[in-house]
Amino acid sequence: MVTSQPVLLEAVGVPDGHSLQSYRSRGGYAPLERILKEKQPVDVIDLVKASGLRGRGGAGFPTGLKWTFLPKDHPGPIYLCINADESEPGTFNNRILMEDDPHQVIEGIILSAYATRATTAYLYLRYEYPQSWDRLQAAIDEAYAAGLLGKNILGGSFSLDLYLHRGAAAYICGEETGLIESLEGKRAWPRIKPPFPAIEGLFRKPTVVNNIETMACVAQIARRGVDWFRSIGVPADPNNPRDPGSYGPKLYCLSGHVERPGCYEAPLGITARQLIEGQGGGVWKGRKAKAVIPGGISMGLLTEAELDTPLDFAGPGKVGCLGLGTAAVVVIDDTVSIVDFLHNSCRFFAHESCGQCTPCREGTAWSLRMLERIRAGKGRLKDLELLAEIGNTMGMMPGSTICGLADGAAWPIKNAIKKFRGEFEDYIKHSNPNGWMVTDAVRALPVINGH
Amino acid sequence: MTSTTSTTSPISAISTRRILTPEMVAKIEALAPRYPTRRALTLPALHIVNDALAYVPLEAVVEVAQLLGLAPAEVQDTLSFYAFFPQDKPAGRTRAWVCRSISCALRGGEQVLDHICRTAGIEPGGTTADGALTVEPAECLGACDFAPCMLAGKTLHKNLTPESAEAFVRDARARTASSS
Ligand SMILES: Cc1cc2nc3c(=O)[nH]c(=O)nc-3n(C[C@H](O)[C@H](O)[C@H](O)COP(=O)(O)O)c2cc1C
Ligand code: SF4
Ligand code: FES
Repeated sequence: MVTSQPVLLEAVGVPDGHSLQSYRSRGGYAPLERILKEKQPVDVIDLVKASGLRGRGGAGFPTGLKWTFLPKDHPGPIYLCINADESEPGTFNNRILMEDDPHQVIEGIILSAYATRATTAYLYLRYEYPQSWDRLQAAIDEAYAAGLLGKNILGGSFSLDLYLHRGAAAYICGEETGLIESLEGKRAWPRIKPPFPAIEGLFRKPTVVNNIETMACVAQIARRGVDWFRSIGVPADPNNPRDPGSYGPKLYCLSGHVERPGCYEAPLGITARQLIEGQGGGVWKGRKAKAVIPGGISMGLLTEAELDTPLDFAGPGKVGCLGLGTAAVVVIDDTVSIVDFLHNSCRFFAHESCGQCTPCREGTAWSLRMLERIRAGKGRLKDLELLAEIGNTMGMMPGSTICGLADGAAWPIKNAIKKFRGEFEDYIKHSNPNGWMVTDAVRALPVINGH
Repeated sequence: MTSTTSTTSPISAISTRRILTPEMVAKIEALAPRYPTRRALTLPALHIVNDALAYVPLEAVVEVAQLLGLAPAEVQDTLSFYAFFPQDKPAGRTRAWVCRSISCALRGGEQVLDHICRTAGIEPGGTTADGALTVEPAECLGACDFAPCMLAGKTLHKNLTPESAEAFVRDARARTASSS
């Protein structure tokens, strides 16, 4: 088991750890004070670039590099959007950061706004986090009162307003341009890119969208330095010039069939098995894992044999998963039918597809209908081909959709059928002994609660 | 126009039936300086109405649109996308979302949803006849460390069991009975 002193989670379990006073006593806001006095915005960008920090929201894009895409010498305003929509099934680390250490997040936001020259930041918070809302609002009020937010922060020339904005229970608001549309008061239909938000984003102004955990990392890099951050994690592969490495601590969310579900801080690159057996206390009830989701349901599945895969930005992709995603590790024990898993996944995406792109809207709904049929004992082997075909044709990677939700819907389908094909075939043959070989068109069953 | 008759004109009849109270309007306007467009107030305004009324009737949509300088269709377009704001009738006094996504499902979330609905005598999405409780299936609530879980109002109910689910329904009913 890999252990290290938690940094991002240092306030967890500390009485009143969410208060300004507690945050200050741990060294918080001193880096901000120093940087606002001594450094220019470009220095902060360079600091974050040098740290190798990659966005924690799912795509792993280098944060400092993203900030440099903003136009130079723009008259403003430039907007910073903090993505706290956190709706990827299995993921809850943003919630813990906001509830237990909101000032760490806010310091990261102020530093990031300074770096990007944003003077207004909106924190888009999912509706389902009322406790986070209250903690954040209280912390924001404290920060304004202490001169850390508002006009002329800490007596300097930099000013920043930070506002909370509440979502309305839609997963797609986490996609950065869906978030922007939603903030503008419209349906959260992701935009066709380019233009990217850095050029034309919120209210058609240059905009940066960053995740909550990314903000917490920025605060810690400012406090502890680049060398500290780069001493943790997996260095860039020298044989692959396109690998930016996986530096820093990461918050892994462990849930499902483990003895001790929870949010654990570990160096990037810890393996799924180490996490499950160490922090997680093993698969529950002494059972074996059948499959493990490596980073939120969109990422696909690891088999038991693949559990030694390092959970860094490059690891899950090497065994056919979509990526590290949100590092939400969900354990599925060997009593669970993989058909039920895939049904749950397909239902989620059919429910959450925004409906703009035909392959996604129809593909997610069709795959759900097929899984309903298979579970109703009317499955055919042909359905597996059809499912695989849907999985291969919808998404940004095949180039048929506007956003990545469809890729996230496709990956569990592709992985499940590829890695557990035998189980699907057995299920279909046993549950539909007279019809599993039928290949002509069949009628759909009524579907409840998917839309 | 001066009117000497005592009959109420249709116009004033409508205006006395306004849904948005001055308090709601004040709350919405207080947020206006935060955004460079009025349209960005759409979701905050819908939340303010919904917090007060437990639904957003069509009349309120029209009034929000007037307030923000939008077409009612623009507000309705946004509202309907989220499938979050009830429009026909108010949600129950307690609105509960039971998670059915993967981590909760693995630990019995779907059975909990069934159980709560059966105890309350409603279908998922329904409201009890006494108006005490609305139960809806939810996707991941971001509390998978406490699976299976449910958000009821602002309270997160953790590690639900059939027993705690039943107790929850009983309590919700009792609160409504004692307050009416
Ligand atoms: C369907 C979909 C849902 C997403 N949901 C979230 C989310 O809830 N939170 C988040 O931070 N990023 C989410 N993302 C990624 C964002 O688009 C964006 O990459 C991220 O917020 C950037 O922040 P980062 O660079 O700090 O990671 C989602 C992406 C897609 C395609
Ligand atoms: S891929 Fe799906 S969720 Fe994304 S924009 Fe298209 S229809 Fe909407
Ligand atoms: S799956 Fe239920 S809270 Fe995440």
